[in-house]
Amino acid sequence: MIALGILLALVLLLVVFGLLFRLQILTSIFSGSYVRQIGLSNRVNAILMLVFMVVGMAAFAYSFIANFDKMNPPIASVHGLHTERMFWITMIIIGIVFVLTQVALFVYSYKYQYREGRRAFFYSHNNKIEVIWTVIPAIVMAGLVFGGWKEWTNIMGPAPANSVELEIMGKQFNFLVRYPGRDGKLGPINYRLIDATNEFGFNLNDQRSLDDFTAGEVHVPKGVPVLLHIRSRDVLHAVYSPHFRVQMYAVPGMPTKFWFIPTKTTDEMRAQTGNPNFNYEIACNQICGRGHFAMKSTIIVEEPDDYVAWYAQQKSFAEQNPDVLAAFKNKKTPVIEEVPAATTAAPAATEKAQAAL
Amino acid sequence: MAATNIPTGGAHAQEAPHVQHHAAGDHHDEHDHHDQHWLFKYVFSQDHKWIAKQFLISGIVWAFIGATLSTLFRIQLGWPEAQLTWLEPLLGRWVEGGKLNPEFYLALVTMHGTIMVFFVLTAGLSGTFSNFLIPLQVGARDMASGFMNMLSFWFFFVAGVIMFISLFLETGPASAGWTIYPPLSALPQAIPGSGAGQTLWLVSMALFIVSQLLGGVNYITTIINLRTAGMSMAKLPLTIWSFFLTAILGLLSFPVLFSAALLLIFDRSFGTSFFLSDIYIGGEALNHVGGSPILFQHLFWFLGHPEVYIVIMPAMGIVSEVLATNARKPIFGYRAMIGSLIGISLLSFVVWAHHMFVTGMNPFLGSVFMFLTLIIAVPSAVKTFNWLATLWRGNIRFTAAMLFAIGFVSLFVSGGLTGIILGNAALDIQMHNTYFVVAHFHLVMGSSAFFGMFAGVYHWFPKMFGRMMDEKLGYVHFWLTILAAYLVFLPMHYVGIAGFPRRYYAYTAYESFNQFGDLNTFISIAAIMAFFAQFIFLFNFVYSIFRGRRATENPWNSTTLEWTTPVEPGHGNWPGAIPAVYRWPYDYSKPGAPEDFIPQHIPYSQTVSSNLPYEKEME
Ligand code: HEM
Ligand SMILES: [Cu+2]
Ligand SMILES: [Cu+2]
Repeated sequence: MIALGILLALVLLLVVFGLLFRLQILTSIFSGSYVRQIGLSNRVNAILMLVFMVVGMAAFAYSFIANFDKMNPPIASVHGLHTERMFWITMIIIGIVFVLTQVALFVYSYKYQYREGRRAFFYSHNNKIEVIWTVIPAIVMAGLVFGGWKEWTNIMGPAPANSVELEIMGKQFNFLVRYPGRDGKLGPINYRLIDATNEFGFNLNDQRSLDDFTAGEVHVPKGVPVLLHIRSRDVLHAVYSPHFRVQMYAVPGMPTKFWFIPTKTTDEMRAQTGNPNFNYEIACNQICGRGHFAMKSTIIVEEPDDYVAWYAQQKSFAEQNPDVLAAFKNKKTPVIEEVPAATTAAPAATEKAQAAL
Repeated sequence: MAATNIPTGGAHAQEAPHVQHHAAGDHHDEHDHHDQHWLFKYVFSQDHKWIAKQFLISGIVWAFIGATLSTLFRIQLGWPEAQLTWLEPLLGRWVEGGKLNPEFYLALVTMHGTIMVFFVLTAGLSGTFSNFLIPLQVGARDMASGFMNMLSFWFFFVAGVIMFISLFLETGPASAGWTIYPPLSALPQAIPGSGAGQTLWLVSMALFIVSQLLGGVNYITTIINLRTAGMSMAKLPLTIWSFFLTAILGLLSFPVLFSAALLLIFDRSFGTSFFLSDIYIGGEALNHVGGSPILFQHLFWFLGHPEVYIVIMPAMGIVSEVLATNARKPIFGYRAMIGSLIGISLLSFVVWAHHMFVTGMNPFLGSVFMFLTLIIAVPSAVKTFNWLATLWRGNIRFTAAMLFAIGFVSLFVSGGLTGIILGNAALDIQMHNTYFVVAHFHLVMGSSAFFGMFAGVYHWFPKMFGRMMDEKLGYVHFWLTILAAYLVFLPMHYVGIAGFPRRYYAYTAYESFNQFGDLNTFISIAAIMAFFAQFIFLFNFVYSIFRGRRATENPWNSTTLEWTTPVEPGHGNWPGAIPAVYRWPYDYSKPGAPEDFIPQHIPYSQTVSSNLPYEKEME
């Protein structure tokens, strides 16, 4: 591949030099005024148009097919399967338009190349045809908008009541993960409380925060709606997980959310892809600084039972950091303004996971 | 200053055509100009043609700078493991132990985008062709205000100097992406480029916007007021229509970017919180509360989306003109072309939030903007069909300009179609900020606008410099460039469909994004090839200015007014009276006419043999 590229570059250079020398000869005889000759080069360009189209489209088709599997990693969410279908339907529509217009463009260029003695057809407009080719795209667009709108409102609609909830917080340059603990309520956090240990800014004076726990990566059960609460504590980030067709910005000062239903466990995916190292990854997809390109996290999709078991094992942040808890107790309320809890009352997460079975 | 003695075409526009020939003021004082100091003739010139050349040459310089930056980051992406010690002489401390500094990578991407979008494809393209063609094609002696026009260039120039200086700062130039989203762009703690580099970026852009506004006011005024006798709006070449609407878009949208930049300056330097809230960074909780980073994005894209049309519409105008001239056919659906330009202009103000579907903006807004966005595809489609119909049954001469115009249509279609995917909010969830978007806009905006610009340069070079560019070199330039453009940007779609995020320094950290190593190398090779192909153009351009074959007055047998001027039009454009206009600009291959073109200034009384029934009464 690289060799090919280098070869190409060399050929290019040769062509350039060849031309430069020719040019010198040509321009050494320059003089007088310029009269344009329409000759051989017009024919050559016309033929090149055709060649470019045929070879180009063939190469495009070939490379598209050759790369098709690589560009389509398996999808593992319910809405992802829907949008995928819509994506390829749209691709087929625009593919057809692409071929028709490009063929028309290059074939016309070839076919209507200059011919001695021929005169172009004086044809300034045709209202009927213009109406037709305005209305048809309009109808197609209307169809696409309608499909997209339905899907979009489903995806962005409220999460089902039985969703498992968790919070992802972006920071330079990793994602922090927080679960609501046994009470199913994410406690309030405040950016002024953040320090090296209390990375989230837990307010441990609040009852709801006491059982919240943090995790190194995201764990979610298969087949259950998962509601991600997303925030950032410094600059913009975006939680992007291509296998799930999930993407949402993490915005400082404005919590966002996204919900989805995973359909395959990590293990199932490993088996399916034949890659024992497979992991669902979260990539940061909004430029955030030096480490942007490596700002990632992992989503582990488990069978609901495993998830419940994992959940039960976790120790709350307060429990793991008694000194932080003690500091809160001593200082009473060091915080003046309260950031409202990200989530309102919801049944305990563990119960929900079980209920969804 | 002598230049102010020039009578403007406006005075004549009101006179009857026959009076014009005797108007005393027309014979402007040539001798005045011989006295002109060279400084005012070549540097602080108020002549629109000279200013156009100033814009063109600055644009070319900027394009090479921008392309060099992209070559650097393509090297990084194509060969992420390579030792880049050999770049040390050029980049100095930005190469650390043979590796490019990741922050510098972001700076490269940011400056590449800024330079290409604003300095090349906005100032370089509109600045060159609006300035050059508006007075010549509407039949005016110069712009409405030569002085403001000169200021416009010099504001741009100073903006450029500042932006250029920022490349050499200790902390690096702006690095938050060309869209400079805060908080990243507001906080030097977040990335060093957001220190002095970002300050200079904002100052430079503020001056740039002033330049755009000065230029825009001039373009609009000139088109409205200084058209020659007979040149009604319905007889304007499509170039002028596109420059006109472009200038209006700029006038309405750039001030919004200005305000966004101003508010950002306030947040950065004066402790306000327009865009900042709840931030803990560098071990410290900042005092900003209540601001919204999303607000900035609304302001930015309120300019940003019209901006992409500011870039493309002049190219559309140029292409329409070049296609008609070289297909020897009237542009198909002249009125529909104007209508679709107006439609695009209006719609371009109500689609901006399609850049923000997944920012957490209210999903209902997403639905509205999805609807409006997909509507804008309709006028774009109409334009494409009209260009195709213009070629149909033509008699095509493949000049270099014509090749680039055809290439423009091809690239515009390829890139525009993927807009239909991105405009669908449900699909954009996956595609947003991936290489799919990068591919989309580099085809539809980047490559096509460049092709439009090349078409323009090859086409109007004879009028600008009185000489011809070499056609053969033009052919080679075209074929290499279109090949390279497709080789670079088509594979980017594949990478994007797989979900590769843009603005990544390397993909090595991910299991999900390591399948396309080869393809990234391939893209980089093609990009470098594209870059080298541009030197053919550069050589041809510079060489032809001095040594090209001499041009004739109207080398392309074209119908518009600029071709009625002398080979090298002097100050005031026409040595005698400004010609009056009688017909639309696309009378090519009219049945019954002896030649295959009838210029706009030929009255119907002289073309009895070819007049259409409804034109008879105008004889
Ligand atoms: C068929 C009409 C078009 C539609 C429906 C469309 C739609 C879109 C959408 C939805 C996006 C946002 C993608 C994302 O960030 O997720 C986008 C990006 C973009 N489009 Fe288009 N587009 C169209 C034509 C154009 C044209 C004609 C241009 C320029 C001449 C253009 C230039 C851009 C640019 C520069 C971006 C990316 C900006 C950035 O994020 O850096 N588009 N387009
Ligand atoms: Cu990031
Ligand atoms: Cu847009």
